[in-house]
Amino acid sequence: MNEVSYIQRPNRPLRFYALLYLAFLYIPVLFLPLFSLNDSIYIAFPLKDFTLKWYAQMFANEPMFAALMNSFRVGVATSVLATFLGIFAAKAVTRYRMPGRAPLVTFIMLPLVIPGVIFGVALLILMSRLGIRLSLYTITLGHILICVPFAMATLIPRFEGFDKSIEEASADLGENMWWTFWRVTFPIVFPGIIASLLLCFTISFDEFIMAFFLSGTDPTLPLFMWGQLRFPAKLPGVLALGSVILVVSFLVVFFSQWIRNRGIQSKNRSGA
Amino acid sequence: MSKAIAAVASVPMHRGRMRGGLGALFLRSEPLRGYTLLTPTLLIMAFGICIPFAILIAMSFWTQQGFDFDMTLTLANYSTAFEQPIYEALMLRSLAISGTCTIATVLLSYPMAYYVAFHVHQHKMIWIILITLPFWTSYLLRVFAWKIILGYNGVINSGLKGLGLIDQPLEFLLYSQSAVMITLAHAWAAFAILPMYVSLEKIDRTLLEAATDLGDGPVARFLRVTLPLSLPGIIAATLIMFIPTVGDYITPALLGGPDGVMIGNLIQAQFGKVNNWPMGAALAIAMMITVAVCALTFMLVTRKAKEHIE
Repeated sequence: MNEVSYIQRPNRPLRFYALLYLAFLYIPVLFLPLFSLNDSIYIAFPLKDFTLKWYAQMFANEPMFAALMNSFRVGVATSVLATFLGIFAAKAVTRYRMPGRAPLVTFIMLPLVIPGVIFGVALLILMSRLGIRLSLYTITLGHILICVPFAMATLIPRFEGFDKSIEEASADLGENMWWTFWRVTFPIVFPGIIASLLLCFTISFDEFIMAFFLSGTDPTLPLFMWGQLRFPAKLPGVLALGSVILVVSFLVVFFSQWIRNRGIQSKNRSGA
Repeated sequence: MSKAIAAVASVPMHRGRMRGGLGALFLRSEPLRGYTLLTPTLLIMAFGICIPFAILIAMSFWTQQGFDFDMTLTLANYSTAFEQPIYEALMLRSLAISGTCTIATVLLSYPMAYYVAFHVHQHKMIWIILITLPFWTSYLLRVFAWKIILGYNGVINSGLKGLGLIDQPLEFLLYSQSAVMITLAHAWAAFAILPMYVSLEKIDRTLLEAATDLGDGPVARFLRVTLPLSLPGIIAATLIMFIPTVGDYITPALLGGPDGVMIGNLIQAQFGKVNNWPMGAALAIAMMITVAVCALTFMLVTRKAKEHIE
């Protein structure tokens, strides 16, 4: 059967609609960088002069840097631990036939559908009953719970995407489980691991609700921004900060998705 | 030596039953190895999901006393939740806002999913990445962006004023239910598109050709083949967006104003300035049960409808 059939004729109105849809997705977000370069304390048209002073102010803002470092530490710890747990889980569910596998996977994926407020307060209650002081550690725990489903969802296609017999060959040729993983499985799933690390870091870095309920005295960056939103005079500073975060998140996520999908595509092309 | 030969011989055979050497029972039992690997993840998730929710349920039967709790079990919180009209009103409003917004987003996103699945032939991945990219960026910032657009002196108002179309800023834009709905739709669009895209992408294209060859026009073909086959994706998109948005509280807090307050704000307030944790727990449980009932009803109705069609 020929590849391009008459069903797949180009559809101009639909294409126009799709582009409009993309515009709706992106344009609102682009106002943040636009106004962050505007020399006025009021966020309104018409635009005044071009300025970089909000960015200059941002670099002189010490509490913001403290919050940035907090977010960074939480993000790194979260992404490493969640990806680690995700690797174990993804390998388990793709490599072994286990009874009850589907309900277990559903259980691990649950945080995706639990409303953030409820998950947040439930963990807050847990911490208070256990007498654990709220800190960056409790935020990290909350973020790990949210990130493991994403890590697993990112890693499972990588584990499914290659022939199990390669691992078996390695095991049969005398490598033990750990060396087989390190020398055979790991290099193959490596792009998935990088993608998972980057995604989990971004999620944690941008996450607000869990951090809102589980933070002690040290704020993460979203909490810091939330606090700044109350002061109209600080809005341009928040815009500058937000623009930087947006650009970095876009780049990180684009890179991670690109790595992940490139790997899978090239596999599809070379494999049958 | 014989071990090596046995090993090599076993390579083409799947699952390597003939694996020799140190193959203890543990290594031979697939489920056991699988469970062992899964244990750390499962333990953490169980600790983070089951225990907190168990305590949440228990707490909903307690009473707040100053900064401590009276742990005698009582249904008082639930009866308050049922009797006071404010709770019911906010719950219904949350369901209405989230439901309307979900239906609108799913309807508007379906053509997009359809376009990417059927009409994009090259660079499909770029499109998928473009659609999902905004979803990964800070939710807080995206809500904030809408505040800039819809605000009293925001993009729309100052823009329209600059063009001379209006004299006074349009006040209904910000701090309203529609502001909450627009923002939620924007924030969750990727979640709505992806499941529908996946189910549309899976449709066997030869079925469409068969329908055409048998005389169906584009509309009939869509209604009889494409739409029914993509129904699971539509259902998944609806649920995946509806369930979390009912409890959203950032968007209503920043953009809702008094008219746009939702149940999530009320729950948060119980753990904040109101300081009545057991009441907050009871509201959280009540909300989860309501959402679960809605989701299950929706699934049952769609299943029945599907059976009816078939």
